[in-house]
Amino acid sequence: MDVLGRYRNLIVLVTVLFAQVLGLAVQVKRTSDSEPTRLIRVWAVGAVTPFEEGLHWLQTSTSGVWHNYLYLRGVRAENRDLKQQIQQMRLEQVRVSQDAEQAHRLQALLEFKEQFISQTMAAQVIGWSGSEQSRSIYIDKGAREGIKPDMAVITRDGIVGKVLQVFGSNPLERSVSQVLLINDQTSGVGAILDQARLQGILRGTPSGDVVLEKVMSDETVPVGELVLTSGGDGIFPKGLPVGKVTKVSPGSELFLNIRVRPAAQLSRLEEVLVVTRIDERQAQPEQAGPMRAVDILAERLPTVPPKQDPATQGVDKTSAGQPGAAAPPAPSPQMAGDVKPKSAYAAGAPGTVTPNAAVPNKGATSGAPSPNAPKAGTPQGAVPNAGVPSGGVARAGIPSAGVPSVATAVVKKSAASAASSVSATGIGLAAATTATTQPATAVTKPAPKPVKSTVAPKPQPAAQDTPQ
Amino acid sequence: MAITYTSGEQVEVYRFSLPATILIPLTAIFLQAWLPLRFPILKIFDLPLLVTIGFATARRSPLAGLFTGGLIGILQDALTHQPIGLYGISKTVVGFGASSLGIKVDVENPGARFLLTILFYVVHEIAFFIIARGLVGLHMEWSWPHEISSGVANAVLGILVYALLDRVKQRT
Repeated sequence: MDVLGRYRNLIVLVTVLFAQVLGLAVQVKRTSDSEPTRLIRVWAVGAVTPFEEGLHWLQTSTSGVWHNYLYLRGVRAENRDLKQQIQQMRLEQVRVSQDAEQAHRLQALLEFKEQFISQTMAAQVIGWSGSEQSRSIYIDKGAREGIKPDMAVITRDGIVGKVLQVFGSNPLERSVSQVLLINDQTSGVGAILDQARLQGILRGTPSGDVVLEKVMSDETVPVGELVLTSGGDGIFPKGLPVGKVTKVSPGSELFLNIRVRPAAQLSRLEEVLVVTRIDERQAQPEQAGPMRAVDILAERLPTVPPKQDPATQGVDKTSAGQPGAAAPPAPSPQMAGDVKPKSAYAAGAPGTVTPNAAVPNKGATSGAPSPNAPKAGTPQGAVPNAGVPSGGVARAGIPSAGVPSVATAVVKKSAASAASSVSATGIGLAAATTATTQPATAVTKPAPKPVKSTVAPKPQPAAQDTPQ
Repeated sequence: MAITYTSGEQVEVYRFSLPATILIPLTAIFLQAWLPLRFPILKIFDLPLLVTIGFATARRSPLAGLFTGGLIGILQDALTHQPIGLYGISKTVVGFGASSLGIKVDVENPGARFLLTILFYVVHEIAFFIIARGLVGLHMEWSWPHEISSGVANAVLGILVYALLDRVKQRT
C-alpha cells in the first residue's frame, strides 16, 4: 500500500494516458464516414459555436456600419475602376462564350452528360478547428438547413472543401457544420490541369500547402497553369477553379511534386457557398446564338438624343403604343445603371419597347414581348446564364446578374450620324445595327465628347447581323 | 533570471473558483477557434496549453494538473476532425509535468514562467508529434526553428495569461 501511495500520481497518470491511448486506438480502427458524431464533439461544438456566432454577428455588424456608412474613402475611384474592369470582362466574355458554345456543340455530338450546380446555400464561417493539424472550419448552416456530409463548399474564387460533419439533427444541437479544407492532409480532390489536361489528386500537406499528386514525372507542367476540378471525386462538379501551379519539382518515385496556390483564400474565409444540389443533363448547344463583340458593343452604344423638332415629337407620340414601335428614349431615372428591368415590358402595348427595356441582359426573365415586337428590344436572349438566381453559380462562369448597365458610354461619330439619319423612334435599333457592321475596334474608339446616352437595345440576332 | 528551488512546504498552493475553472478553459478554446479566422497569424498560439500550464503551476497538484490538461485537450480535440485524444494525451502530460515541476520550482516570477512555457510547449509538441505519427498515422513535419519560435511566442503571451490567472486564483 505504501508503494501505491507513494506512486499514486504516477499510477493515475499512466492510467489516464492508457485510457486515452486505448480510446484513440479504437477510434483509429473504427473511423469511417458512416460513424455517428461523438457526443463529446456535439458538446464541444454546442459550447463554443454560440459565442462564435454572437461574436461574428457583432463583428460583421460593426464592420458593416463602418465600411458601408462611415469609411467610404476611395469608393468612387474603385467604382470607376470596377466599371472599366466590367467592360473589359464583357469583351472577354464574348470569346469565352463562343468557346463554351463550341464545347457544348461538341459535347452534344458526343452525347456527353454535363454536371452543373443548380442550387447553393450561402453560409458564414464562424469558427476554426483551433489546430494547425486539423484544417477545418465551422459554418453557420447545418442539418436543419439541409446540409449533408460530403457536400462541396466553394467561394466565388474557387473550391474550399467539403462538408465533413453536420450538427443540428437534434433540436437541442446547434445547426452548424464542419468543413474540411482542401489544404488538410486528409483531404483529396480530383483535379485536372487546364491546358495540359493531366489529371491528379489534390492533397494538403502538414504545413498547409496544397499539392497535386499522381502526375507522371515525364509530363511538362508550366508554372502558372490553372488547376480545375475533374469531377472524378464525386463531390466537386467538373470545371471549378482550384488554383494555380506555383512550383513544379521532381517528386518521389515517378511523380511530379506540383505545388498549387488555392484560388480561394483559405486562411481568410468569411462567406462560402455550400453546393446543395448538382444536376446532370445531356449537353445541348445553346439555343440562342453566341454573343458577339459587336452585340455587346451595340448594347453599350448610346442612342443619340432625339432632335426636338415638333415633327419628330409628333411621330413619337403617335407611334407609341403601336405594335412594333419603339418608345422614344426619353430620359428616365431607370436608364442609368438600373438593374431592375423586370418591369421593362410590364407596361405598354404589345411590341412597344419602353425606354427601360433598353437596359440589357440583367437577368430579367418575365414580361417577354409579343412575337411581333422587334427583336432589338429583347434584351435577354444571348447572354448565357442570365437570370441565374443570386447565390447560384453560373455554369460557364459568366457573371449573370448585378452587372451595372453602361450608361455613360461614348459613341463614335459615324455610328451617331448613321443613327441620327433614321427616325427617332428607331434610333436605338439603328445605332445598334450600324454598330454590328463595323469592326469592334472602330466602334469602341471614344468620341471626344461624351454623349448623354441611354443603352441601345440589342440588335436582331440572326437576320440583321452581318458576319465579321 | 534564475529559477530558485524551494521546498514543498515553502510553495504556496492556489485554487480557482468553479466558474473560473470552467469558464477560463472554455474561453481559451473559444478564442483559439475564433481569433485565427480574423488574424491568421495567431494560429501559432496555443491558448488552451497556456491555460493548462497556468492552472497546473498554480494548483501544484499533479492529479489536478493531469485531469485539467486531459479535459482541456479532449475539448480541443472535439473541435477538430481528428480522433479524440491527440491533444488530450499531450496536455495530460503537460498538466502533470507542469504541476509536478511547480512543486519544486518557484514559478511566480516571469522569467521562470517564460522558460517553463517554452519547455512545456516543446514537450507538448513532441508528445503530439509522436502520438499523431505513431498512433494515428498522420504525416507530420518537425522543424526545430518553427517549434522554438512558436514556443517563444507562446511564452511571451503566457506571461500575460499567467498574470491574468494570478488575479483570479485564491490562496488555499
